Amino acid sequence: MESKFYEKDKLLVLKVTSEIDDHSVQEIRRKADYEMERYMPKKVVFDFDSVTFMDSAGIGLVIGRYKFANMIGAKLGVSNLTQSVKRIFDMSGLLKLIPTVELN
Amino acid sequence: MYNNEMKLEFISKSSNEAFARIAVAAFASQLDPTIEELADIKTAVSEAVTNSIIHGYDKKQGVVKISSWLTENEIIIEISDKGKGIENVEMAKEPLYTTKPNLERSGMGFTIMESFMDKMEVESVVGLGTKVTMSKIIKPKEDKDEDEFKMLTANS
Ligand SMILES: Nc1ncnc2c1ncn2[C@@H]1O[C@H](COP(=O)(O)OP(=O)(O)OP(=O)(O)O)[C@@H](O)[C@H]1O
Ligand SMILES: [Mg+2]
Repeated sequence: MESKFYEKDKLLVLKVTSEIDDHSVQEIRRKADYEMERYMPKKVVFDFDSVTFMDSAGIGLVIGRYKFANMIGAKLGVSNLTQSVKRIFDMSGLLKLIPTVELN
Repeated sequence: MYNNEMKLEFISKSSNEAFARIAVAAFASQLDPTIEELADIKTAVSEAVTNSIIHGYDKKQGVVKISSWLTENEIIIEISDKGKGIENVEMAKEPLYTTKPNLERSGMGFTIMESFMDKMEVESVVGLGTKVTMSKIIKPKEDKDEDEFKMLTANS
């Protein structure tokens, strides 16, 4: 996972660069929480642009980070959902809770 | 009758989840599936194997078995463990039902398997283990080309 913090907007972008399953999610979760605590952002965006595989572990990941973001007073969004990622999120109803945002 | 058959066994380590889904996808590719069909199979296998590892065996070590068969136009996949089993299968299959919410599980695994494959059946005995059998029709390439041709001519 690559992370980038934009001081001006207090925006933290977390770009997932691996497949997301029960195995890889542990490291992604750990890093994401670490970066959120480190920067104390106002906005956090998960970028799925380079995710080539995701199963239900991705749902738990995003909902868990949504709760964590709430706890530190940040808003969470998701971005660049590929067809297959979107399909999994749609099934869980997660996108009713978490907005899809554009990254530029 | 089956045209091909394979069996796979591995220990319940989470690093084997990727290995399992890639191996089954490689086997399935003999039916010349589309990228979407292959992605569906990978996801369904990942869900079943993960369930065996995290629910079936929990933190204990055990063996996960995969058997798969190909017919002319279908793949059948059986994924089993000798783990703790499921008390109420109907309830477990309900969307959002999970016994591990604290581990950030969402209870969507069975729902995903059901919707990504054409058929899914679960057999489970408490204390003995769980077996998930799934199948998916893979249309032969000629049919797909024909569909595409029909679509193209219908549009013009
Ligand atoms: N192989 C198995 N052995 C024992 N229990 C299982 C097995 N597979 C599923 N279960 C039970 O069925 C429940 C539902 O499974 P399902 O895959 O739908 O959701 P989950 O694994 O809890 O969450 P998710 O798959 O969304 O991360 C599990 O919480 C577990 O209690
Ligand atoms: Mg599951």
